[in-house]
Amino acid sequence: MLKLEKRPQPSQTFAYLTPIFAIIITMIAGGLLFMLLGKNPFEAIRTIFWDPLFGEFAFYYRPQLLVKGGPLILIAIGLSLGFRAGIWNIGAEGQYIIGAICGAGVGLAFYPMEAWFIFPLMIIAGALGGWAWAMIPALLKVKFQTNEILVSLMLVYVAEQLLASMSLGLLKNPEGHGFPGSRNLKDYSSAFNDEIITGSGMHWGVITAFIAVIFAYILLNRHMLGFSIRLTGEAPRAAKFSSVNPTRLILFCLGMSGALAGLAGLFEVSGPAGQISIDFNTGYGFTAIIVAFLGRLHPIGILFAGLLMALTYIGGEIAQANLGLPAAAIQLFQGMLLFFLLAVDLLTNYRIKRVRKETV
Amino acid sequence: MKFTKLLATAAVALGLATSAFAQDKTKVGFVYVGPVGDGGWTYEHNKARLAVEAEFGDKVETTFVESVPEGADAERVMTQMALQGADLIFTTSFGYMDPTINVAKKFPDVKFEHATGYKTAENVSVYSARFYEGRAIQGHIAGKMTESNVIGYIGSFPIPEVIRGMNSAFIHARKANPDVQFKIVWAYTWFDPAKEADAAKVLIEQGADVILQHTDSTAPLAAAAAAGNIIGFGQASDMAEFADGPRVSSIIDDWAPYYIARVKAVMDGTWETKSTWDGIGAGMVGIGEITDRVPADVKAEALALKDALASGEYHAFTGPINKQDGSAWLAEGEVADDGTLAGMNFFVEGIEGDIPQ
Repeated sequence: MLKLEKRPQPSQTFAYLTPIFAIIITMIAGGLLFMLLGKNPFEAIRTIFWDPLFGEFAFYYRPQLLVKGGPLILIAIGLSLGFRAGIWNIGAEGQYIIGAICGAGVGLAFYPMEAWFIFPLMIIAGALGGWAWAMIPALLKVKFQTNEILVSLMLVYVAEQLLASMSLGLLKNPEGHGFPGSRNLKDYSSAFNDEIITGSGMHWGVITAFIAVIFAYILLNRHMLGFSIRLTGEAPRAAKFSSVNPTRLILFCLGMSGALAGLAGLFEVSGPAGQISIDFNTGYGFTAIIVAFLGRLHPIGILFAGLLMALTYIGGEIAQANLGLPAAAIQLFQGMLLFFLLAVDLLTNYRIKRVRKETV
Repeated sequence: MKFTKLLATAAVALGLATSAFAQDKTKVGFVYVGPVGDGGWTYEHNKARLAVEAEFGDKVETTFVESVPEGADAERVMTQMALQGADLIFTTSFGYMDPTINVAKKFPDVKFEHATGYKTAENVSVYSARFYEGRAIQGHIAGKMTESNVIGYIGSFPIPEVIRGMNSAFIHARKANPDVQFKIVWAYTWFDPAKEADAAKVLIEQGADVILQHTDSTAPLAAAAAAGNIIGFGQASDMAEFADGPRVSSIIDDWAPYYIARVKAVMDGTWETKSTWDGIGAGMVGIGEITDRVPADVKAEALALKDALASGEYHAFTGPINKQDGSAWLAEGEVADDGTLAGMNFFVEGIEGDIPQ
């Protein structure tokens, strides 16, 4: 008979191996799913994981991985800081929206003036917008001990209503024939977050995501604040006895994740998306939660997890178009990834032991 | 610019490659905003795609990607279709407008058809349907059948398309019954069964006994069925499963004739940029069967109205019509021009409440 036994120490080896196991199991289970749908499982898996990287049109898809992965990484880095300390910001999607509205709003306020300082101002506005939106659950938690999971999640819906109102009112394109949506920032060069090298997919948001990875790595490993975050998460009692100030930590973690989500929104609206519209948000803030856990809340892990997630999106679209797989099958496939990761995670903290059945 | 060139070269190379096989298959791509099983908007576009396949058989190959978010994702999906040799791509949501134009610039040899937008290009056509003609018929039936004189209207977003429908329905409801009032709820969604059901319940509580909807799910009809003695209409699709209950008729989007014609044009090499805005006459807007719940005389009037709209003998916006603030819009016998209709952002006289800004 098999029995689970708690490890005295979480296994380091398994902490690194579980994501790989999870990916392999997902491929197998996903392959079975695709087979049940009447598709060739090998072809489907190849289309999703191989074609975007090495297929015929990889020259187009590889840069797209950065475009799709950039915001996921940027948001997930912010979230991981809080998650490590047990502070759960579930509302990154809302902070992403508000960052985009504030940033685009600043840019559009200057239209049609062309000046070098407009884009930097938009970046600041985007970060501040996301930060401010995250400060609502933070302050409520600090002052009234409200639950930040609920408050931050509910504020996503508030942000969505605000987004609709902005697309239909204040930020609506005056030359848009009454249709909703702002001017397209791609046509306004001072506010356009263009690719830095054409065709590379590298826009300022991707650069910022990479900087955030490095910054988070240093913070967690070399800085007192990072130590406090880790200590609070790993040994809350010890954190209480040492000089960790929980109020400061809550404000920092929520504020930081909000600011990064806001930045992601700003870079998206001024670059790939181009405009504020009713359906501007496409779930990056929620997907980033998966990315953060898939990356083990570790900055480097998140970098890879973000790119992997982007790969499944892009590969999934190719599979839809070429193999006729339904979108729901692709979403199911992505969901499996997190599910199996959490399941396999058990092996980090527990080991499987064979025990003999004892006769009574 | 290097990238654009690269894409263009790839497109040309593909163009050459595909033109060698051009005789066998025309590749047509479809980009959908919702799932094909939504029972409304996307469902009808997909039905039209299947009609294209049925019409041309082996001569055509269609592909589609569903639930594509508007923005960067849409641009990628279209680029992917173009790279893989599509000859014609239908992009079926208003929010795909700028992405369609961007991708069309990179692939001058691929033809694009964008639904419900207004930006055209050398290789981009736009098409939409005059749903407001169907709304006129709905309004007439609603005005005749209401007993409480309160008609509830579930709007999605306050955009010209939706406002136009409300105005058309209101004008014809008032014509049928001068005491009619409209109560409007904005759901701020195209498809969200829970929200739509809530909106319907609120309207019923406020005394509405007819529910009109400009959202895509069947939830308002289900709510009407639960409340009893309430009537409603199918939206985008026939929603015939409610025909024994509240659904008395429907507005059906029928894209099949247009899609078949455009695919044919690409095959024949006669495709040209066009702005199409067709109504009942051209068959793009269908009126679902009017059930027996509607009295025979009302049904006859509704069908007569349908015929008049179809033949062009009557326009749904014929003066005299004033704007909500009382100022004159259309004089006696004057007919609204398409430009004003396309960007309609005002209510007509008699509708209460403001358009949210």
